[in-house]
Amino acid sequence: MAEIQEKASSGKGGKKRAKKHSTKIDMTPMVDLAALLITFFMLTTTFSKPQTMEINMPVKEDNPENQIPVKASNAMTIILGEDDKVFYYFGLGAPEENPEVVETDYSAAGIRKVLVSPRVKSNPKMTVMIKPLETSRYKNMVDILDELRITDTKKFALVDITDTDKQLVKTKLGQ
Amino acid sequence: MPRVKVKRNNPSLDMTPMVDLFFLLVTFFMLTATAREEEVVIVDTPSSVSEIKLPDANVITLTVDKNDRVFFGVDGQQTKKALLDKIASKYGVSFNEKESKTFSLLSNFGVPVNQLKSYLAMDGTQRKNVNQPGIPLDSTNNQLRDWILETRKLNQKVVIAIKGDVDVSYSTVQKVIETLQDQKVNRFNLVTDMEARPKSL
Repeated sequence: MAEIQEKASSGKGGKKRAKKHSTKIDMTPMVDLAALLITFFMLTTTFSKPQTMEINMPVKEDNPENQIPVKASNAMTIILGEDDKVFYYFGLGAPEENPEVVETDYSAAGIRKVLVSPRVKSNPKMTVMIKPLETSRYKNMVDILDELRITDTKKFALVDITDTDKQLVKTKLGQ
Repeated sequence: MPRVKVKRNNPSLDMTPMVDLFFLLVTFFMLTATAREEEVVIVDTPSSVSEIKLPDANVITLTVDKNDRVFFGVDGQQTKKALLDKIASKYGVSFNEKESKTFSLLSNFGVPVNQLKSYLAMDGTQRKNVNQPGIPLDSTNNQLRDWILETRKLNQKVVIAIKGDVDVSYSTVQKVIETLQDQKVNRFNLVTDMEARPKSL
């Protein structure tokens, strides 16, 4: 044991040899740099393109007489109110129909349940009209369009709100 | 009995494959990266279950921020240069070569045409800090309509995407949609975030 150590320590004193340089280089800084670059590019890359939702608006008819009115039995109206409120009723909302306005919400148990209910699902002619109030948020509109997509409701239209609808919401809220 | 010697391994390991891999990844990310576009406004988009992706090119982005300002953006430097010429002649203003170049590099903007010249004359940092009023879209002065119309004339393939903030009031979005419908654009996209589709109904 002792001998070996002696030999090791007195290496300098022996024969003079050409000093052999190790061919290995320390690559740690290089790896550090590479990792840093990877992190940078990973973070700045927009990896996923933004999602979009396609929406087709009904073509505006130039002369309204050509339009075929929806039958009241095949119509459902969803009104988007402020503070994320949703109201819906069946029918066209004419005062003589005396529509029953129901308030609901955007949760799975709210408007989605209505949209999958037999009254909507089993009627292939059922047209859903979405009428956002001016005070509603853009998110509400996207949410309701999303619900329609989830429930696979094909016939729907984004319609301007009418005064009668506003009045209906007012009376509903006034109760 | 002699002591059992623990064989000491040399702690320095060969990092060459690791470096190789790292540089491969760096190269990959450098080549695939499209630097995130600089946004004039930060918009929090609502989420939806839709899985359609926005195309890479030929997109008009109409950004509506929560203060009801509308920003217009289109891709393609050549398109933007040609578009600026059209708008300039329509509104009776002129832009020099430098301003046109600056305009072609903007991702989106929200200034009325009469302020556009001074906006383009600013330098980068100034432009970032300036408070843009948004593009007017009232019925009397609907500049957004002209921007969209001219872009569509230049590039028929263009797709229109509305990128609205969660909190923007519907009336502003309605105005934008009406502007589109006036031009018989009845199909457009709404930019949304991803959301998981519910498993059961």
